[in-house]
Amino acid sequence: MNNDKVREPLFHIVKRDNFSTKRAWIVRAVAILLALIVCAIVTMLLTGDNPFSIYATIFKGAFGTPRKTWITFQNLSILLIISLALTPAFKMRFWNIGGEGQVLIGALASAACMITLADKVPNWLVIVIMIAASLCAGAIWGLIPAALKAKWNTNETLSTLMMNYIATQLVAYFIIVWEVPKGSGTVGMINANTNIGWIQVGNKYLLSIIVALLVTIGMYIYLNYSKHGYEISVVGESERTARYVGMKVKKVIMRTMILSGALCGLAGLLLVGGINHTITTTISGGQGFTAVMVSWLAKFNPITMVFTSLLIVFLGRGASEISTAFGLNQSFSDILTGIILFFIIGCEFFITYKVNFRKSVKEDKENV
Amino acid sequence: MKKLTALLLSLLMVVSLVACGDKAPAASTEANAEASSDVKVKMGFICLHDENSTYDLNFINAAKEACEKLGVEYVIKKNIPEGQECYEAASELVDDGCNIVFADSFGHEDYMIQAAKDNANVQFAHATGTKAHTEGLKNYHNAFASIYEGRYLAGIAAGMKLNEMIEAGTITADQAKMGYIGAFTYAEVVSGYTSFFLGARSVCPSVTMDVTFTGSWYDETAEKEGANKLIEGGCVLISQHADSMGAPTACETAGVPNVSYNGSTASVAPNTFIVSSKINWAPYFELLINSVKEGKEIPADWTGTIATGSVQLTDLGTVAAAGTAEAIEAAKAKLNDGSLHVFDVSTFTVEGANLTSYMADVDTDAAYEGDHEVIVDGYFDESGAAFRSAPYFSLNIDGINLLDTAF
Repeated sequence: MNNDKVREPLFHIVKRDNFSTKRAWIVRAVAILLALIVCAIVTMLLTGDNPFSIYATIFKGAFGTPRKTWITFQNLSILLIISLALTPAFKMRFWNIGGEGQVLIGALASAACMITLADKVPNWLVIVIMIAASLCAGAIWGLIPAALKAKWNTNETLSTLMMNYIATQLVAYFIIVWEVPKGSGTVGMINANTNIGWIQVGNKYLLSIIVALLVTIGMYIYLNYSKHGYEISVVGESERTARYVGMKVKKVIMRTMILSGALCGLAGLLLVGGINHTITTTISGGQGFTAVMVSWLAKFNPITMVFTSLLIVFLGRGASEISTAFGLNQSFSDILTGIILFFIIGCEFFITYKVNFRKSVKEDKENV
Repeated sequence: MKKLTALLLSLLMVVSLVACGDKAPAASTEANAEASSDVKVKMGFICLHDENSTYDLNFINAAKEACEKLGVEYVIKKNIPEGQECYEAASELVDDGCNIVFADSFGHEDYMIQAAKDNANVQFAHATGTKAHTEGLKNYHNAFASIYEGRYLAGIAAGMKLNEMIEAGTITADQAKMGYIGAFTYAEVVSGYTSFFLGARSVCPSVTMDVTFTGSWYDETAEKEGANKLIEGGCVLISQHADSMGAPTACETAGVPNVSYNGSTASVAPNTFIVSSKINWAPYFELLINSVKEGKEIPADWTGTIATGSVQLTDLGTVAAAGTAEAIEAAKAKLNDGSLHVFDVSTFTVEGANLTSYMADVDTDAAYEGDHEVIVDGYFDESGAAFRSAPYFSLNIDGINLLDTAF
């Protein structure tokens, strides 16, 4: 690729260095417009429904009533917290695919406290223990793969992924221990009459939103203005450099994964103690994986992440509204979400890189 | 570049917020206007999955049928998990002007109760739930059907098939072993397979049955594997209580006759499908709608029966034995006039002894404590009017062999 004398491939991919912000802006706007046009065509071809009324319904699904708006922001908060949790690990080039398991184990710890401590200690103490337990549980779930990586250089993508399955099966096991009535396979609402361990601030949606706000600001400061944050980015850029300047790489990896896991555990705490008041194996709903995309889409910037997670939540909420209003299958709205994300992620590629075709070749290949 | 993404997305968000401000008040006044007129009924449905699950499809079809018959507006929300999402979905339906909200899955119950407490002027109904009779809310109701009677009749079809196989010499009387794939060791499943077994034994006295559990209401692979395991273990006829096509498909491949649930599976198993029992929810939905229209009270617990049209059998498959339809009709008549009871204590034993007394866990509690004597007039009164609509028969009777009870 560097030398013109070797046989020239069909096209080169070259990193852009002088792309003006204005042009990047235009590319993104065009990408979203194109995505909407493609969605409109797909909608008309497959269903015959008016695409504009579908767009209006997506919007109504996310912000149509005050309640819907609150729920949207609550969902946004949970996804944002998980995304922020994964970010320091990613920035360090530690592929933490275990968000799902870290959230679940935090959720399990919260549920365990609510069920076993309800009639033993006062409510405030239950809540304090819940917070400590879920943060610790998440931290341990993050620390195990980090320690394996630091000690024996195991592949963290695999080990974090495997930890997800262990967490899911542990939750499944405890559901059968706690199920009511016998054999039903559901725990039901925990402490429905006493509300012990239910954490609430103001209305029932507000707590997650406040926590997400604090975590966002905290993470922004931590990554950009703290010594730890600096160490994370150096380790991420080059482990050798970090070692050369005297950083304890193993310590940084483990410390960062404790933080990453603990924040996931916090999301689990909010899901059980703040929102659902029950435990199921699907309580996280795949958000541990969605968060990977949110974090990457925002290029690990906590502030941008607010908007990328809003986009994902907005599309998801709109999608379920479409299936209700138009009697379409949920899969249809997933198709639309997929198209939009494809264009958004695709345009980032063309902003960062440009494609040079071999001069002799005249055929114009469509790029996305 | 990061800043630009942020800028663009923030712009999107600002636009959305502005538009939201416009729409929100309009939507809520609309909801108020509709809620205040009490004659006009709008019904909301909450389903755990969508049409791909035979369980939910059965509810969705009945919802459409009942609402269209009575000319009532309706909204169906699908893929609502058994968590706070159910409460939010119910509240959104209320915001949308629904004055009846129905949820179809067991785990929805606690969230429906919460929504019922918050919206006293809206009726909430829930299938398979157990708490309406103890919760004491005027606007929260449970419903189920005496599907054990349907299972019993389907069991007769199975027994007839076994008799045909014995007469043809394909199996001996001792080899008349059936297999059953259940989801969980939950009373609803236990009641279902026991009634199916008793139905089969009423015509084929030598029958025995193996039961295995999958630990999920919908797991195509596990259900298929379960069926294959039972067939390898010598079962010559299979039935199931789980919601995928796994078991019928495995039976079709192995050429083993199958008695199905939730509706006909003849489309995937044309050569092995005998019959299927199912609950038709349309009569209950009509009752809900008419009660609200006329301002009548809805019972806390409602049990649909063969007589109300709630318990149905599909048409017989081509492999059903000769005389099956007549045998089913005869038994159905006896069930209807009360001369036959599915759980007649003289027809089964538990650990070698006939049952004279049993305390069932009718009022749900974490300790699974038995609280009601349910043996009345010589039979186990399943889904009885004096108790609750959801099944509570959870006895392990002789002749049925549980292969695993992990779930």
